[in-house]
Amino acid sequence: MMSTRTLKLAAIGTAAGAFSGLLGVGGGSVMVPLLIVWLGYGEREATGTSMMAIVVIAALAVTLQAFYGNVDPPNAALVGLPAIGGAIAGTALQQRLPERAISLLFAVLLVVIAVELIIP
Amino acid sequence: MSSVAAALMGFAGGMVGGLLGVGGGILFVPALAIFMDESQVRAEATSLLAIVPVAMVAVWRQLGYGNVRVREGLVIGALSPLGVGIGVVVANAVSQRALELIFGCLALVIAAQLVIRALRPPAPAKDPAPERP
Repeated sequence: MMSTRTLKLAAIGTAAGAFSGLLGVGGGSVMVPLLIVWLGYGEREATGTSMMAIVVIAALAVTLQAFYGNVDPPNAALVGLPAIGGAIAGTALQQRLPERAISLLFAVLLVVIAVELIIP
Repeated sequence: MSSVAAALMGFAGGMVGGLLGVGGGILFVPALAIFMDESQVRAEATSLLAIVPVAMVAVWRQLGYGNVRVREGLVIGALSPLGVGIGVVVANAVSQRALELIFGCLALVIAAQLVIRALRPPAPAKDPAPERP
């Protein structure tokens, strides 16, 4: 018998997995807000835990996508290798920011991307 | 030249990822689609491969900062395969334009939630401590 908390984690995992497989993202954009709003995480804790789950989710999703022949490893390295440096800088910067600023920056990023995608 | 732009956007994606707890796919996908001329579904699949090492490095850093609930992160990941399977199958079945619209609308909804939450007055002192296992 799963506890309510485990069921919530399962629901977050399923939603994040679906968005990850569907949209090619790690699912963090779904997990971070749900961990904060639903499970009472602090912003920083939500982002760190989201990353933990992303490792598992993205590894699963990329394995499935590989069966469809959609993965391009050289281009993955082209964006992924600079991104590793970016992630180290980003996590360091995060420790120096107020938590509300993290939420607002997240929102700005999402709006920019949405506009790019929706307007052809 | 477009490779340089894609690499710069990759760095920005990692930075945003580390800062905000996302894998960076939200920037990797447009970088690959716009600068490397990949189709939306191929950009998404390739982005997933780039995310894995980025997220591993970010977890390593965040563990050092004490911001990871390892057990719950692993539970979420372990319980995600059903959703992942559904998402990948759908991504390969629907049109590119539909994926772009879904992605765009999702981003707007989440942005609105975050702004509402961040602009709310501070929680009163009686606010219970975060639930812990």
